[in-house]
Amino acid sequence: MSAIAASQPLPETRASPAFRFAMLLPGGLVTFFLILFALGLVIFLAFRGNDGSLLGVGLTAANFVTVATDPLYWTVTLRSLVIAGLVTLATVVTAYPVAYYLAFHAGRRRGLLLFLVTLPFWTSYLLRVFAWKIVLAYNGVLNSAFIESGIWSEPTLAFLNTPAAVVVTLAHAYAPFAILPIYVALDTIPKSLLEAASDLGARPFTAFRRVVLPNSMPGVLAAALVVFVPTVGDYVTPAMVGGPASTMIGTLIQSQFGKANDWPFGAALSVCVMLVILCVVLVARGADRRFGSRT
Amino acid sequence: MSATRTDINTGGRWLGLYVLGYLVFLYLPVLLIPLFSFNNSIQAAFPLQGFTLEWYETLYGNPVLSGALANSLVIATVAATGATLCGITVSYMDLYGRSPLAATISAIARLPILIPGVIVGISLLILVNLIGLGPSRVSIVLGHILVALPTTVVVMRSRFAAIPKTIREAALDLGASDWTTFRRVMLPLSAPAVLSAFMLAFLISFDEFIVVFFLAGTEPTLPLYIWSQLRFPRSLPTVMALGTVILAVSFIIAGSAEILRHRGLGAARRPAAAKPA
Repeated sequence: MSAIAASQPLPETRASPAFRFAMLLPGGLVTFFLILFALGLVIFLAFRGNDGSLLGVGLTAANFVTVATDPLYWTVTLRSLVIAGLVTLATVVTAYPVAYYLAFHAGRRRGLLLFLVTLPFWTSYLLRVFAWKIVLAYNGVLNSAFIESGIWSEPTLAFLNTPAAVVVTLAHAYAPFAILPIYVALDTIPKSLLEAASDLGARPFTAFRRVVLPNSMPGVLAAALVVFVPTVGDYVTPAMVGGPASTMIGTLIQSQFGKANDWPFGAALSVCVMLVILCVVLVARGADRRFGSRT
Repeated sequence: MSATRTDINTGGRWLGLYVLGYLVFLYLPVLLIPLFSFNNSIQAAFPLQGFTLEWYETLYGNPVLSGALANSLVIATVAATGATLCGITVSYMDLYGRSPLAATISAIARLPILIPGVIVGISLLILVNLIGLGPSRVSIVLGHILVALPTTVVVMRSRFAAIPKTIREAALDLGASDWTTFRRVMLPLSAPAVLSAFMLAFLISFDEFIVVFFLAGTEPTLPLYIWSQLRFPRSLPTVMALGTVILAVSFIIAGSAEILRHRGLGAARRPAAAKPA
């Protein structure tokens, strides 16, 4: 065995088939069966008619025709895109200075700060949304605090059940997602680039605008993507703090698999959402290329 | 890292204040839950009405709640085991398998990040109905393996990548089989990361709501129990007491996982993104 090994240049090339099979099996099962096959089922179901059975009946594009022609779905899709876009913008813009501080100014506090900004990521999403419900409620924290401090005399209904409440809640819930990708991008900018900029006479702001910002764009785009994807399909936050005026596309999908009980139509809506996300990913990829991805 | 020029230093000080404010925004709403869980009022509102442990007492002797807790613990343990096993094998083969298949599997394993939870939920709902499982605890486990997989893959991949290549090559050159190298060399070297990946996967499953909503049968998990209680204004304080316990446990587990992830090797100096970009 050792003689054979010595004659071979790369240890990698002699992996036994049994070992490879055993090591590839769990991941292969999960990825091909639970991810690809399950997504294939959704696409298949999207082209079926609803007859109450599990996989529907016939082969039809009627579901997509309904989505395309009924203005309700355009309104809800547009609203989802606007809400998710605003959340993404707010999250990324507020996270950038934090990531910048972590990368360039944090010093010895960096480890602790990184830990503190990622910790909420591991706490229950449902509880984070619930926290906003008690903050914004009619007889909730914000109203009672304002009345207690004498700013208002009457509680206001204006907080809860508005699209703005959805944006604030989602921006808070997904805030920790945005910092890490931006931080990693900033942290991997070669320090020599910054020194070169300042040696060549660039003022700090110019150096930031012309050197740091473009070089961190891959991280910004990655951050935007990991915030945009879960928010555009969210149905929990609209249900908890959004009210009827904040119905999002995820809400509609969820109701098709629940109360409305039209699985093929829900599958068609899901396919549309995936197409929208695909477009966003492609745009982000294109932008990433333009900024010269280092990843 | 500290800049020599004063204008950058003052900028850093302002930025530090901003970071402080950001942390307050991040934590304040969540910390209201523990605050009001000790408040002697059925409403979460100021002024505070005095200290009480009454709401915590309502948590005891609630059979539905303890059933949901037991469910959550069992599901999270099994799902975390599965997700960690997949994370280890997928990332190991991605780095050392030298096959397009292994790279493909690793790429697909991180795909769930680009799919909203609601679609993961309904796709699995269709799948488990098709194979006859239906909404059940097994289905929830499958769903949570999927949700936790990107995290375990990223944690394990960064740890395996941080182990110097020469160690593995030395083992192979000295005649150890692939299996022996994996089990006796690479796995022990990444043991803290394995534990960390397991704990994070456990937390993800334990707290997960969006996917489990579609896959639960008659036995709810803890987040589903909370969701069902939110309809009743009277149970608001109980939910806050339960939420406080869950938050405390989450903080402790996440903190330990973070410490473990950076222990040993001294290699993981640069923190791996919790979510791959």
